[in-house]
Amino acid sequence: MSTTTSADNPRGAGLQTGRATAATTAPPKRRKRQKGWWLPLALLAPAIIFEIIIHVIPMLTGIWISFMQLTKFYIANWSAAPFVGFKNYAVALDFNGAVGADLLRSFAITCGFTVLVVGISWSLGMAAAVALQRKFWGRGFFRTLFLVPYALPMYAGIIAWKFMLQKDTGAVNHFLFDNLHLGGDKPFWLIGDNAFWSIVVVAIWRLWPFAFLMLMAGLQSIPEEVYEASAVDGAKPFRQWRAITLPMLRPVNTVLLLVMFLWTFNDFNTPFVLFGNAQPAAGDLISFHIYNASFLTWNFGSGAAMSVLLLIFLLIVTGIYLLVINRRSRRA
Amino acid sequence: MRKRAIIAGAIAAAVALVAAGCSGSGGSGDSPSGSTITYWASNQGTSLDNDKQVLTPVLNDFTKKTGVKVKLEVIGWNDLQTRIQTAVTSGQGPDVLNIGNTWAASLQATGAFMPFDSAAMKAIGGKDKFVKTALETGGVAGKDVTSVPLYGLAYGLYYNKAMFTAAGVQPPTTWEELVTAAKALTKDGTYGFSLAAGSYTENAHFAFINAAQNGADFFDKDGNPTFTSTGAVDGIKRYLDLMQTDKVVNPANAQYDNGVMAVNDFAKGKVAMILSQNNADSSINANGMKTDAYGVVPFPAPEGGKAVASHVAGINLSIMKNTKNKDAALEFVKYMTSEDTQSTLGKPYATLPVLEGAKANFTDNAEEAATFQKIYNTMSKPLPLVPAEDQFENTVGKAMNDMFSKIATGGTVSASDIKAALQDAQDQVKQSMGG
Repeated sequence: MSTTTSADNPRGAGLQTGRATAATTAPPKRRKRQKGWWLPLALLAPAIIFEIIIHVIPMLTGIWISFMQLTKFYIANWSAAPFVGFKNYAVALDFNGAVGADLLRSFAITCGFTVLVVGISWSLGMAAAVALQRKFWGRGFFRTLFLVPYALPMYAGIIAWKFMLQKDTGAVNHFLFDNLHLGGDKPFWLIGDNAFWSIVVVAIWRLWPFAFLMLMAGLQSIPEEVYEASAVDGAKPFRQWRAITLPMLRPVNTVLLLVMFLWTFNDFNTPFVLFGNAQPAAGDLISFHIYNASFLTWNFGSGAAMSVLLLIFLLIVTGIYLLVINRRSRRA
Repeated sequence: MRKRAIIAGAIAAAVALVAAGCSGSGGSGDSPSGSTITYWASNQGTSLDNDKQVLTPVLNDFTKKTGVKVKLEVIGWNDLQTRIQTAVTSGQGPDVLNIGNTWAASLQATGAFMPFDSAAMKAIGGKDKFVKTALETGGVAGKDVTSVPLYGLAYGLYYNKAMFTAAGVQPPTTWEELVTAAKALTKDGTYGFSLAAGSYTENAHFAFINAAQNGADFFDKDGNPTFTSTGAVDGIKRYLDLMQTDKVVNPANAQYDNGVMAVNDFAKGKVAMILSQNNADSSINANGMKTDAYGVVPFPAPEGGKAVASHVAGINLSIMKNTKNKDAALEFVKYMTSEDTQSTLGKPYATLPVLEGAKANFTDNAEEAATFQKIYNTMSKPLPLVPAEDQFENTVGKAMNDMFSKIATGGTVSASDIKAALQDAQDQVKQSMGG
């Protein structure tokens, strides 16, 4: 129950003011080193060291591997793998070849998947956050309930979906066809084209509570008076949402959409747990595709090249997004 | 106060996890006695727990005899290949492990497994103790093998005797008879046949067997892929058509990603026939079907085809090259392939003996034992012993998964679709071979 009480506490927004005061304190003078000048560096060092070990080194290794022909013949002794330059990239980008064509198809599926999942998750999260903005009896209960998918261990949640989506024994088909008596044959959900919709639904189920949580936190910082004043001016709820809520949530939305986009585009766990080894063509998301390309065929050079291409794509999208957002906010 | 206790608990758990993770690679030893080896066993029994129950007394006996402790981990078939790859890539793995014998040549190519040179072979009891065809699956011809046979397996066609009598059909001896019988047996919610149509390994095996019946090979002499021959396309089409045009297979089988699911349907009387390796016996009996309620015949070829009923299936034992307990590992392999252990494990795992002169003891049904022995000895063709074999299983097996899904969801798969899918698979294999 501790979650509900802390969620009800509006002082959670006090964090922002704390940060503002910290930023306004005067920076230390440069020439004379103050006593204990090394302390911040010492405190930062572990973070930097681990960042290098956990992020930077593996990333550089990945880029290095993408120029090697690292197949199973060299896997026990990496250093012996021959250098092949851009060959792995050429194969991955040759959309007339089998490997490139599959990669392109997987990329297209992932784009569709991301747009749907991020769009619907954000809408659901926004709707729920606004609905639970006003105090009413049982609000704490609903807030907790909505966060359940986010709190559940990912593996357990997706495995439960996997059982529910079975053709003959699953709860979904049982509900639709045995209880609601829809006509026709029970469809497959985890193979064939339906697999795409299954994975979209499961991914939304997992992601929307995060949007809800962030937007709910953002709504706490909008003062009640603004709504009251607009009500006096005769604004209806939708107008209030469009003219007050949305603009004031802008900083939250900027970050939220970017983070959700990156997570969803890179989603590996959902298809991996949901489909296992029997991965259908329609649910072939790009992270999963790259994993298969490197692990099932033992061709790590090719897989690394695809990963680097994915990294470049995501960097470009993120860069453009931030540029556009920043330019707009400067104009505003 | 409670919060602090929780945090302390979490930290303790994290520390314990890390410590447990580190201890895995420990152990050293000049003399095998007193050392500990890690053994990865594949899932041979009815469940992972069943495997532990079967193996634990056998391993305890080994410890008693030699003083070497064995840390056992049983790994399911869906994870085994990935786990082995991770072990090979990272160099962190077990000392001794089970592999599917069809992967032997592929894993040999990685160089991560210890070759059984003459000294090592002598240490485990000499190569003459093994059945020759079984030992030949241990690696590429002309090199020291990197795995030795542990359990022998072969595919057979299991049929339900009561259902056959009721429908008035005989056990099939040709493919055509098989289809006719299956059609007669498909009625009132039961099906003539069940296939693990969502299992890429099973699908790849039957792509190979059906193609072999047509005289087609998936690799040429130099180990280059030749997936798109007419014989291969026709063989795969024949197999897919059991679900597509003959309609004797429940479309729901497209989701069976594990052979045991088809076996269970058979044991429960939902289907009249299955194709399975002889280790199905343990699952069938566990489901309450008696040994005399079913019969086994060789998987039939079409009229005029080659009498190939199975690939030389089975489980091999390998030692990781970087093991720190080489002597103990060799001692363990010797023990596992000894006559005593083989006959102890032959029954619960329902396996064929890999030792020269040993008799199959997995079933009381002498006829079944003889049939499987005949299939294994005279009607089995080894899967190509080339480094790219595992990629054949992956690419062709997955392509067949997709084709079965397409059929199950109402689509059609023509011969030219199959050829295109095989071409695609071949391109992928060629590319990863660096061609």
